Amino acid sequence: MKGANMNRQLDIEMETGLRFFGKMTASISHEIKNVMAIINETAGLLEDYSLMAEKGMPIDPTRLKIVSERVSGQIKRANGIAKNLNNLAHSVDEFNKSVDLGEALALAVGLAQRLADMRSVTLELQPPSDFPTVITSPFHLQNLIWQMLDFAMDISGDAKVIGLTLGTATGSVEIRFTGLEGLKDPPETEFPTKRETSLLEMLGATINQDVKAGEMHLVLPRDVHQQLTDNG
Amino acid sequence: MRILLVDDEQELVETLAERLSIRRIEARWATTGDAAMKFLEQESFDLAVLDVKLPGISGIDLHRKMKAKYPDLKFIFMTGHGSQDDYAAGSAETGKDYYLLKPVNIEKLMDKMKKLMGR
Repeated sequence: MKGANMNRQLDIEMETGLRFFGKMTASISHEIKNVMAIINETAGLLEDYSLMAEKGMPIDPTRLKIVSERVSGQIKRANGIAKNLNNLAHSVDEFNKSVDLGEALALAVGLAQRLADMRSVTLELQPPSDFPTVITSPFHLQNLIWQMLDFAMDISGDAKVIGLTLGTATGSVEIRFTGLEGLKDPPETEFPTKRETSLLEMLGATINQDVKAGEMHLVLPRDVHQQLTDNG
Repeated sequence: MRILLVDDEQELVETLAERLSIRRIEARWATTGDAAMKFLEQESFDLAVLDVKLPGISGIDLHRKMKAKYPDLKFIFMTGHGSQDDYAAGSAETGKDYYLLKPVNIEKLMDKMKKLMGR
């Protein structure tokens, strides 16, 4: 790659990466705020109950149990959010490592869940029948899955349900995005754009579209380093 | 005073509604813009407390929709974000005095409600 082109490519990669990181962390911080708001109100409600009890008003123990369960539920939720944030943060530790695709897809769905909810889209992650691993860049993989989900949400039609499944073939693994009712040939919106193309090149991956079935398939090599070496 | 609380976090609005009822304020809650509009069609409310970010429709757009149909209804916004853009959009709609950051202090919320209702 020539100097100017390489710089442009690096700019696209850096901007895409930063935007993705910003989008995810902003969404996570919003979710944490919501958890805190619920715990804050629940603590306030307990305070209200104790003031009522001080005034001699009886408090139904069932109510207290509900409030206690509500706090436990929100702590569990916050744990899940923190785990996803931690996994996202550690995805930049190594740019070439063995990645369990089932776990990577679960993380991608976890990160995108709130953003999908905001767009009234349901993400249905099908449990994988086996647990394929690929040697790839975990951060760039997460970024690419998000870019595809973002596009998929725009074309999920009236049903607004996106299915995500894993499939394997010799030397490659597929992530299938289904339920894309609005997928057109020729496409109404440019996809993949330069952003996704840059990520695809980096991951040695391809996107296949099956317009009739309303599906997009992300095909990943088992070993990105090997693939890029073979391709020269 | 009858209040409609609209936020996609059900446990938040449910708890807030209970706390308001303890303070003798009748509050109903909805988690979507559509459900909130249905409530307004069926019952009368003095004030709506809206989350800025809602599924399907933004709190700002929902506010405009409600205001067009129910001009006497008063509004307070609440948000978990607190970003400059959200603040600018939200406070432009209701005035900065009626734009609250989560977690919301209930006494502060009550003060704002009473002020808005001229009580």
